[in-house]
Amino acid sequence: MTWVSFSEVHVGLELPIQEFVFTRANLIRYAGASGDFNIIHWNERVAQEVGLPSVIAHGMLTMGTVIRVVTDWLGDPGKVIEYSARFTRPIPVPDTNEGTNIKVSAKVTELLDNNQAVIAISAIHNEATVLAKTVVTVQLEP
Amino acid sequence: MAINPEFIGRTYPPTQVYSVGREKIREFASALGDTSPCYFEVDFALGLGYPDLVAPPTFAIVVTMKAGEQVVFDPDLALDYTRVVHGEQRFIHHRPIFAGDELTSTVSVDSIRSVAGNDMITVKSEVHSTSGELVSTVYSLLVSRGVEEAS
Repeated sequence: MTWVSFSEVHVGLELPIQEFVFTRANLIRYAGASGDFNIIHWNERVAQEVGLPSVIAHGMLTMGTVIRVVTDWLGDPGKVIEYSARFTRPIPVPDTNEGTNIKVSAKVTELLDNNQAVIAISAIHNEATVLAKTVVTVQLEP
Repeated sequence: MAINPEFIGRTYPPTQVYSVGREKIREFASALGDTSPCYFEVDFALGLGYPDLVAPPTFAIVVTMKAGEQVVFDPDLALDYTRVVHGEQRFIHHRPIFAGDELTSTVSVDSIRSVAGNDMITVKSEVHSTSGELVSTVYSLLVSRGVEEAS
């Protein structure tokens, strides 16, 4: 079961907006949990040597975080059939207690056969889009 | 240096079995700050009709990491890892990944393009259960940035 049925969903439906915060601690924790220890995500010296302003968030941390706008609404992450994103802009994460935040919205863009819906996600950091073509296909109840 | 398009279709041997553990799912979800009970409470997942905890939609990146490294570090392709960035990512879930799954990943080079001096290589990983069921298909676009003079 899910908490959302196909009959309640229409093209243009906007899901609740959420804001997420990334701190250095989040990056280190994600590195450990995912096994992605690329040094640009935790070593400021090396990140700056390769031309980045600071250490940057893992693209997969961003992708894994922003889909919560969809899965929190859906109630059942097992109903995500397809999920794709293009990483257009890195998210530098400063060495501060506050970290940095991203604002995430999502909208239903298409209804498919078999009670499936296509949802486009928009992720904004410092007034710029950090992910493009971020699209989720979900299975809904009839 | 452009990657030779003859590598399109190159397929690597399946990885060793990846055993999906409950604690790994919980650790991964926690690292995403995601508190959905589907990732933490077995009874909740069972109540949704699943056999065990559900893995987050991007968890397949962990399962396929070793498979992807076969391509990234293939001496024949000679990718300069320090110049490689993650361009795009796509997951197709034929069913969710669950705790208790025993999975192997088979990776292949799906496409190679050269755009404005950058090499774009799409790596495809097929995740199968040890019983042969196709669980997920995962595409990663890697961009090997060309040296500035070449762009």
